[in-house]
Amino acid sequence: MTPGLLLLTDSRLPAGSHAHSGGMEQAVKEGLVHDLASLESFLAGRLRTAGAVAAGFASQACAGHDPVELDAELDARTASPAQREAARTQGRLLLRVARRIWPSPALEELAGRLPSPHHPIALGVTAAVVGATPREAGAAAAYHAVTGPATAAVRLLGLDPVAVHRVLATLDLPSPDGLPAASAPLLDLLAERHRRSPVRLFVS
Amino acid sequence: MSLAAVAARRAMRARAEIATTLSAGRTALTVLRSSPPLTLRQTGPVTVHLVSTAAGPLGGDELELDLRVAPGTTLEVGSIASTLVLPGEGPSSMTVTAHVGAGASLRFAPEPTVLADGCDHRMAVRLSLDGDARVWWREEVVMGRYGEAGGRCVTRFDATAGGRPLLRQELELGTGPCSPAVLGGARCVGSVLTTRPCDTAVADGAVADGAVADGAVADGVVVMPLAGPGTLVQALAADAVELRERLDWGLAQVPPS
Repeated sequence: MTPGLLLLTDSRLPAGSHAHSGGMEQAVKEGLVHDLASLESFLAGRLRTAGAVAAGFASQACAGHDPVELDAELDARTASPAQREAARTQGRLLLRVARRIWPSPALEELAGRLPSPHHPIALGVTAAVVGATPREAGAAAAYHAVTGPATAAVRLLGLDPVAVHRVLATLDLPSPDGLPAASAPLLDLLAERHRRSPVRLFVS
Repeated sequence: MSLAAVAARRAMRARAEIATTLSAGRTALTVLRSSPPLTLRQTGPVTVHLVSTAAGPLGGDELELDLRVAPGTTLEVGSIASTLVLPGEGPSSMTVTAHVGAGASLRFAPEPTVLADGCDHRMAVRLSLDGDARVWWREEVVMGRYGEAGGRCVTRFDATAGGRPLLRQELELGTGPCSPAVLGGARCVGSVLTTRPCDTAVADGAVADGAVADGAVADGVVVMPLAGPGTLVQALAADAVELRERLDWGLAQVPPS
């Protein structure tokens, strides 16, 4: 594993991910997630749907597949406008910091063609720039899909951070092979409700 | 059909098809080919209903329905009753392929698919829309008959508009523990995809500024303007009646195209 990938997946990378909860804030508000067991179930569901899709696309972007085509395919897999907006905001912020940390023609080209790519596209192209393999890029995207919501749950519910990390450690990372389209109706519902919520700690 | 008859019948492969042509400015149903257990009945000038002439699908059945809606024509497809998917020898599948030509219109509104205990089903939809084609497409799945938990089902929906991806979704039901990220405790899930002509498509940035294009959300139902030229209404519910009510509420929020 290259050191660049460790930096890329570190939650301290100043790319704005800390402001997103991946539906967790709304799930907590609606009582769907209220303890460690319901958190684990939420994260497992998120990993095998949104996480698997993100992993597949990050690995393809890392492998050099046309990012514009991948971005349009991700739009087709993201019915919720609130989720598209959150994905593009995080993609734009990641691309902005990546261009400053790892200046490269590949990132300049991506920014020229897609100023606000879906996050897995920005992650995949950056992963290739730092020398990671497509498989590692996929794992990084899956990791991103669950660590943000898990950390948000610690803050929202006051859960034991060590216990939450034990949950993360036992989740099965999906194989990034192929391009899945797994959808999660409740995540759509939560994202749309959250965007309309007047008081919120997280952007998504 | 009696239970004994269900148990006795063998796995079936069937491919039914409907095609329209434009004849003197009007729609003509020129192909209407039934293939048991998929039996088609014309019930109106442009309307066809699916009538089941055998139980199922049963495990092992592989059923296909092809719809070809010629440019400038209209087709409406419904079903007489809900579809009950039963277990049998191996997995069952139902694949619907539809091509809607330029300026044509397709309404696909079958009754729900009910997944009986023990079934292992695969539902696939492949929908391709040419420029300014219109579609109204409903899909409803109910986990189990009354008192049942329901079997397994994987649904895959692929729609393209003008050669570009419009909506791709895959949903696994009954394959793992309920997650509060996916279905929660809901027993029924459904959606309606409606499209508007491609030339009225607007970029996401423009959508965010418009109140109408922002969609809507209520208990168990969400109206989502897609990035491409369409809107998806998606609902979760405790039973089929509530599911239909929620989808209808969502459809009432979609501006007419």
